[in-house]
Amino acid sequence: MNPRTPSLIKRLLTVSFLLLLVLCAAMLLGISMGSTAGGMKVVFQNLLGVRDSDSILNTIIWQIRFPRVLLAALVGATLSLGGLVFQALLRNPLAEPYILGISGGAAIGAIIGILMGFARFPGVSLTAFAGSIASLLLILVMSSGQTILKKDSLLLSGVMVNAFCAAVIMFLISITHDSRLHNIIFWLMGDLSMGDMKHVGILAATLFPCFFLIFWLSNTMNLLLMGKEMAQTMGVNIKAVTLTLLVATSFMVSATVSYCGLLGFVGLVMPHLLRLLLGPDHRVLVPACVLGGGAYMVFCDVLARVLPEQGEMPAGVITALIGAPLFIYLLKRSGR
Amino acid sequence: MAVNVTNLSYSYGTRPVLKNLTFSVPKGDFFIIIGPNGSGKTTLMKVISGILKPQKGRLEILNRSINHYNLKALARTIAFVPQMVTVDFPFTVIEMVLMGRSPYLGMLGLEHEKDLEIAKQAIAFTGVEHLTHRKLDQLSGGELQRVFIARAICQEPDVILLDEPTASLDLAHQVRVMDLMEKLKAEKGVTVVMVSHDVNLAAMYGDQLLMLNNGQVVCQGLPDEVLTFQTLEETYGCTLLVDESPLGKFPRVTLVPKKFMNVER
Repeated sequence: MNPRTPSLIKRLLTVSFLLLLVLCAAMLLGISMGSTAGGMKVVFQNLLGVRDSDSILNTIIWQIRFPRVLLAALVGATLSLGGLVFQALLRNPLAEPYILGISGGAAIGAIIGILMGFARFPGVSLTAFAGSIASLLLILVMSSGQTILKKDSLLLSGVMVNAFCAAVIMFLISITHDSRLHNIIFWLMGDLSMGDMKHVGILAATLFPCFFLIFWLSNTMNLLLMGKEMAQTMGVNIKAVTLTLLVATSFMVSATVSYCGLLGFVGLVMPHLLRLLLGPDHRVLVPACVLGGGAYMVFCDVLARVLPEQGEMPAGVITALIGAPLFIYLLKRSGR
Repeated sequence: MAVNVTNLSYSYGTRPVLKNLTFSVPKGDFFIIIGPNGSGKTTLMKVISGILKPQKGRLEILNRSINHYNLKALARTIAFVPQMVTVDFPFTVIEMVLMGRSPYLGMLGLEHEKDLEIAKQAIAFTGVEHLTHRKLDQLSGGELQRVFIARAICQEPDVILLDEPTASLDLAHQVRVMDLMEKLKAEKGVTVVMVSHDVNLAAMYGDQLLMLNNGQVVCQGLPDEVLTFQTLEETYGCTLLVDESPLGKFPRVTLVPKKFMNVER
């Protein structure tokens, strides 16, 4: 076993480097695969400096697939990190933005924004943020009055918030009859296809400060796992830290929801896998979740594009197909 | 004085829990707070540790008002060992104990050689070296309690607060934890303030005892001044025998169950 003194930084760098390689590999796969064959060859030619600028495949790869893959990586990173933060903050290994209904609240906000004709940025992002904060408040109020947020009551609150959000979303869809309808429905199931470089840039600029803020608070999250009272007697300003983490996480989750809709259970898969592999230290887990979560989402998106013989399926289908059984497994295990 | 409490009151909503408490804990004392359930012991611990803010009255730590400490400075002065904590996330023992260094470190808590050394010493002090790299969820209650104490020692506090540290432990582990506190007091000069339900342990180890009832101080003093037949019977409302312990000049308290009452009287 290793004492952490110099080795924490070493471990952090090693883990980050390895996961960065995984992410790069996933992204390479992501821009090579698709309905038009021969991608891998062109990608490698391009990377080696050989550029055939007339090629249609070239355009597909760099104008369509590349921004999409970047978008997938950003969204995966955000949702994984969001899951990690909620799990630490609520001391509940089952917490996740989608399960808690935070994503649902953001989706309602986003749909209202879309129906009111706002632009994706900043209009829809802001209404989504308002929606996520509203459902966050709802959850906190419903499960308050207990010293520790109990596992069951918290999850039940989340289920109820989710059901309510789903009803509101259906209501909003039902009263919409024009061409926006198809967009909304497809977007709802988690759609990564609308990325262009400008949007990806804006999203990245919004998300990266949140990533760094959360990394800055990663050691505090370790202390929070010992319980709020104990953390406070170790010098943590509980209120300030909790508020910062909740707002930052809701903010970045709602930013991704407003671009890509609902991608469920992403925040469950990667934090659990990485915690299993790397241990519970958040100083390692935060960067690992950003890189690993990105790779996972890119991979899910590749599956969503390659599995159907014609067209593609929303990436949210894949994430839910993988994540929901894992959730049930974890729920059963935690009930021991 | 390590802790100085003057006219301290605290209530949850409209329900008063601590009423106008006044007492002080001398530096380097093993100070034990006893009293029936609901007498306000745990709340008092939370106020002294800074978790709850005193609503009325004064609280001084090392002759300085608690309001003049920032959170990190307070954490370097007082360490708190709460009642059994549940551990959901499997840190190793050394990782856990090292967290005690965080009041001395920057935001990311990157420790130096020195901090690791202090953590290892704390682990050795509490006799859990053999568990250093074990995960917390694999430990027994007694082992876990000693790890949490090691974490508190690693904080290098002047005052250590413990809330019923022996409550769920078997006899051997109870004595072990109490001996550990005695050693901490003797070797490092740390002031130990402990809440306990066990009046006999309190009699054997306490330099001074404080008895609380209904959020008020009943009495404070040496064990044989506090643990008298009269105060015990009045405070706890049950029949007891108090005689001298065969181990020395301190009281021994024996509960008298109903079926023996006629025989004894």
